[in-house]
Amino acid sequence: MTSTNTSFLKGQAHLTKRHRAETRFQMMGRFAIALSLAFLIFMVGSIFWQGKSALQTHQIALKLDLSAKNVDPADIRSARFDAIIKAALRETFPDATKRAEKRKLYGLVSTDAGFELRNQIEEDPSILGGTQIIWVSASDDVDIFSKGQIDRHVPESDRRLDDQQIGWIDNLAENGAIKSVFNTKFFTNGDSREPELAGILSALVGSALSLSVCFLLSFPIGILSAVYLEEFAPKNRWSDIIEININNLAAVPSIVFGLLGLSIFLSTFGLPRSSPLVGGMVLSLMTLPTIIIASRASLRAVPPSIREAALGMGASPVQATFHHVAPLALPGMFTGAIVGMARALGDTAPLLMIGMVAFIVDVPKSFLEPATALPVQIFLWADAPERAFLEKTSAAIIVLLLFLVLMNIAAIILRKKYELRF
Amino acid sequence: MTKTPIITARDVDVFYGQKQALDKINLEIPENKVTSLIGPSGCGKTTFLRCINRMNDLVDICRVEGEIKIADQDIYAANVDVVALRSQVGMVFQKPNPFPKSIFDNVAYGPRIHGLTSSKAEMEELVEWSLIKAGLWEEVKDRLQETGTGLSGGQQQRLCIARAIAVKPRVVLMDEPCSALDPIATAIIEELIDELRKNFTIIIVTHSMQQAARVSQRTAFFHMGNLVESGPTKTIFTSPKDERTQNYITGRIG
Repeated sequence: MTSTNTSFLKGQAHLTKRHRAETRFQMMGRFAIALSLAFLIFMVGSIFWQGKSALQTHQIALKLDLSAKNVDPADIRSARFDAIIKAALRETFPDATKRAEKRKLYGLVSTDAGFELRNQIEEDPSILGGTQIIWVSASDDVDIFSKGQIDRHVPESDRRLDDQQIGWIDNLAENGAIKSVFNTKFFTNGDSREPELAGILSALVGSALSLSVCFLLSFPIGILSAVYLEEFAPKNRWSDIIEININNLAAVPSIVFGLLGLSIFLSTFGLPRSSPLVGGMVLSLMTLPTIIIASRASLRAVPPSIREAALGMGASPVQATFHHVAPLALPGMFTGAIVGMARALGDTAPLLMIGMVAFIVDVPKSFLEPATALPVQIFLWADAPERAFLEKTSAAIIVLLLFLVLMNIAAIILRKKYELRF
Repeated sequence: MTKTPIITARDVDVFYGQKQALDKINLEIPENKVTSLIGPSGCGKTTFLRCINRMNDLVDICRVEGEIKIADQDIYAANVDVVALRSQVGMVFQKPNPFPKSIFDNVAYGPRIHGLTSSKAEMEELVEWSLIKAGLWEEVKDRLQETGTGLSGGQQQRLCIARAIAVKPRVVLMDEPCSALDPIATAIIEELIDELRKNFTIIIVTHSMQQAARVSQRTAFFHMGNLVESGPTKTIFTSPKDERTQNYITGRIG
């Protein structure tokens, strides 16, 4: 088509302009997606890069004198395990003579090494009665030095380990007395002041307990509210006011819910501070509006013909709702609930207000014991001065992200499973 | 009319908010016959149909005045239970709307909630009876557990008819049941309607005058909220008394 004037397809110039606008818009969209993907990959990548080393930890082999003189086989617990380890260290490195030097030497192993030794003996008492090579945990400084996170070329005064300590570590490494193992303590311990002992379990359990309280409270209440408001409530000024308020509540900053929980659940009702019960209650305040809004939207998406069909059969409104409408809306409700729960899992601010920011070593065993939560644990570790907590922070973030991904996968599976086509 | 009518409407007014949709409708509907309600769009024929099983109750702003009696009982009286009324007055909608459940469960739902059967065998018998009556049995008897929404449009509409008659109502209301169907499916449903009137009283709203002429024994013509004329279908189509009826059936208005 060469001449535009004679063509029956009029307005070609305008058409090319429209096509160009179309291309431009699509390019902008692609660019925006590429940019956000790049940010996401950069963020997740850097977290993984920093966090992966927390899955490894280092152990030191020591030649320990476990003869009857030091450990009485009949009464293992009375032995002074720390002293045995210290003696072995002194023997390996006789150059540490001054008090300060000895203290530096003892600092090569974890403060937990004595307990580890005791546990190994109790597990297998046959190692008693002579000199044995035993592996015990290294201290956090040795650990991160071995991971290459302390640069030996910076001036001595600027690093955590001095030249003498580095000499000892090099010596151990040359003799094959330092090895890298999988860090099980990270998954089985609670928080600790010592980075090599700090683990994520208590925070994980605290989060799980809080979230189960949150789910048990907000899912039934949210769904029943949504069903009543959408299917039964008369549409008048009051229901409009309620709807507007629910929509506004979904946008309230979560720290406000924390303050509400502090003044109502803790001060008025006197529920135990820092407990998963209160944490879950505060989180459910936050999740409820999300669940109600998502559930109402999915109820509204059920075709009215289904409702009419059921009512036309002589089903009562409750039967029509629970036999036909609610089952069709259930996948959407689940999705809303899981999105709300995922937000609750990652939220720190309301938990700070009700005292779930405490330093918790023990794994909580009930809903009333003090606990902390994953995001709070991340916050605490990010704040800690020791260099070794850096990788722990990243590792904890990985665990948190992993749980978020799992919850989203659960949402997708539930939706696929219960989705009915009509 | 030799028998007393099963449904009598006296001075029925319907309002949607301030707007009056029906004005003083007086109509008698005989038992075991097909009555068709015809008229241009927005004339109130569907509104009237939905008054008969009180589906208009679902619309908040809708108000019904006057009296509708079914078998001498005023269905708008205070002591009438809507659930019981709808089990006696079934409905088939314009668009086929089977439940997204199995064919069997679609038909069995009504009897189940109304407690019509006492055993599994009895239920299976009732489902079979309903599907045979709806002319669907031969096509679906081997796949009763498949979902009802997987059927073709015409089959879905017959499934909805089977579902409606499974509770053995006295009256079946049909709101343009063929408007979403092709001519072949329409012909099957029309044949079915003729068959069903032996057991049920049928009221059908239709846009197609040919359909009204084919399936119904009596016809009522609505225009702008008024019942203009009603009587035997043949009379309405061959010698209408009112000029508006004549204009409509000859295609001059509508």
